[in-house]
Amino acid sequence: MNDGRDASFDKFRALGFPTTQLENYKYTDLSQALSIDYGLNINRLNVPVNPYEVFTCDVPGIHSYLYFVVNDGFYPVNDNRNDTLPEGVIIGSLSEVSKLHPELVAKYYGKLSSTKNDGLVAFNGAFAQDGIFMYVPKNVQLDRPVQLVNIMRSDVDFMANSHNLIILEDGAKAQLLVCDHTVNDVHFVSNRVTEVFVAENASYEHYKLENTHNKTTNLSTLLIDQKDSSNVLANVITLHNGLTRNMIEIAVNGEHCDTTLAGMVIGDKNQQVDNFTSILHNKPNCTSRELFKYVLDDVSKGAFTGKLYVARDAQKTAAFQTNKNILLNRSAKMRTKPQLEIYADDVKCSHGATIGQLDESALFYMRQRGIPQKEARLLLMFAFTADVIEDIRIDALKDRMKLLVEKRLRGELSKCEGCVICQ
Amino acid sequence: MLQIKDLHANINGKEILKGLNLTVRPGEIHAIMGPNGAGKSTLSSVLTGNPVFDVTHGEVTFLGKNLLELAPEERANEGIFLSFQYPVEIPGVSMVNFMRTAINEQRKYRNLPPVSATDFLRLMREKKELVEMDNKLANRSVNEGFSGGEKKRNEIFQMAMLEPRLSILDETDSGLDIDALRIVANGVNKLKSPENASIIITHYQRLLEYIVPDFVHVLYDGRIVKSGDKTLALELENKGYDWIKQEVEGK
Repeated sequence: MNDGRDASFDKFRALGFPTTQLENYKYTDLSQALSIDYGLNINRLNVPVNPYEVFTCDVPGIHSYLYFVVNDGFYPVNDNRNDTLPEGVIIGSLSEVSKLHPELVAKYYGKLSSTKNDGLVAFNGAFAQDGIFMYVPKNVQLDRPVQLVNIMRSDVDFMANSHNLIILEDGAKAQLLVCDHTVNDVHFVSNRVTEVFVAENASYEHYKLENTHNKTTNLSTLLIDQKDSSNVLANVITLHNGLTRNMIEIAVNGEHCDTTLAGMVIGDKNQQVDNFTSILHNKPNCTSRELFKYVLDDVSKGAFTGKLYVARDAQKTAAFQTNKNILLNRSAKMRTKPQLEIYADDVKCSHGATIGQLDESALFYMRQRGIPQKEARLLLMFAFTADVIEDIRIDALKDRMKLLVEKRLRGELSKCEGCVICQ
Repeated sequence: MLQIKDLHANINGKEILKGLNLTVRPGEIHAIMGPNGAGKSTLSSVLTGNPVFDVTHGEVTFLGKNLLELAPEERANEGIFLSFQYPVEIPGVSMVNFMRTAINEQRKYRNLPPVSATDFLRLMREKKELVEMDNKLANRSVNEGFSGGEKKRNEIFQMAMLEPRLSILDETDSGLDIDALRIVANGVNKLKSPENASIIITHYQRLLEYIVPDFVHVLYDGRIVKSGDKTLALELENKGYDWIKQEVEGK
């Protein structure tokens, strides 16, 4: 992990933290969030919290392999809580694994992130010391989801940089659920980079559920590399947060791949969420579908960028992108930017973006059947988000998400449900 | 049951209802006919509290209550049902969820506990049979992808589920073929009781062959200008509305 540190630091020095002057950051101003004096845990001090004791899962019944990253460090695995992993599978601390299996980590670490010209990613490369490492060998299919819970715990304003590395070999199959939680009432910045390598015929599902408090700045970069005939689903849901920027880039570097990228944002008060997404079709005969939905209230702000790149050789690509947004009042703001760059001539691509209000005629229709206005609005909002929830392929998570979204829309979910640390 | 006195209503500043009077007693079926633009649909919208319209003058009482003070959902729960001329599609809201919410809101309004799952399913089954509605439709989103006839049948199904005191059928016959018309009319007739009343808004006499009205009113230029029994509908069918217009303008 130390090999690329100097180069990353030099790059960061050249780039600095991103400002709204940059095209890719023009909708999200980080200057205020980054002006606070944050602590960084460079000396690797332990955090006095045992997440296994204090954390109860948001998604009961999911029966996952459970791991924690507290701030920027992988928390030692409690083997009593996890069943034995299938043979050959490695899940653990990236920093530990890089000592035990240096060649494995060296082959992948930074291979995607070091190509990015992004100040946050460079900063992460310079300062990240740990994160989750997950390796699923050839033809091994994990029988249940892996769950990574990122917990922010500090008594002072704090910044965490962590780096996750996920490797699926040919024919491997894995599901990862990442949950973001905050514990203390201080300002947090998390700057996390996740690199995922999905080899031939492998199948990977990535779910991210954010339920943090409004002093949190959550900066997350997800980079996925897909090889021939692989299948990837990423679904990022922000239920509660402060300021969030998700950078997601899926590079389809193999033929006959399928990619689904979905997401949902429910924002109110002064929450801000920016999903900056790219799907890069570099090879022919692949399909992708992207669906993002936002429901924004109060003075919340949303932004969506959907870059869809189809290279000259990527003939027979079928790519569809949809971004739909509902603003519940006049002060909420949404910016949406579909960005299609198509260099091949035999492709099927479409995109659609809408920003609107709840359908008044549907509201009246429901009220005429005796459903009070508030309940009718709720039903419409819930219906609006339903298809993103349908893009969850873990049943326990899907059921739970329906409940959480309903509670969130009812205004009953102001912090991470079920997390006793928060109480 | 329903008294409307000198009702005036506007949309976007334009007066549509210009002093309408109507009294409906329990057990009665009233047909309201009239040329396009007379204000027939406006009347149904105003009675159900559609916020698009402003009532500028007049009184409406329903079962002793001042209807104009009630929100649309309160009017519905007091027992007023509108079969929409253009039923609205609501993608993502299932018929089952929609109906259960509506039934339970009505029960809550009347201080009753929520309906049990088995009772609700039995009720759904019974009422679906009444309007010969396809099982598949009940599992879909509200009106989404329904044909014109299926939408109208779905309106009568909802009416059967909610058992209103006063049902207003706004051009329920438009766009229906003869079989669908028979089924819809059959549903309405089966729901008829001495306590309930209906207002049937229609362009044509056709529906009135199946649902026999006690009174027929002609709405023209925002007022009821002529009332009679069912023979008036036949007369209108034969002679059109021009003679009515001439009669009114001649006065």
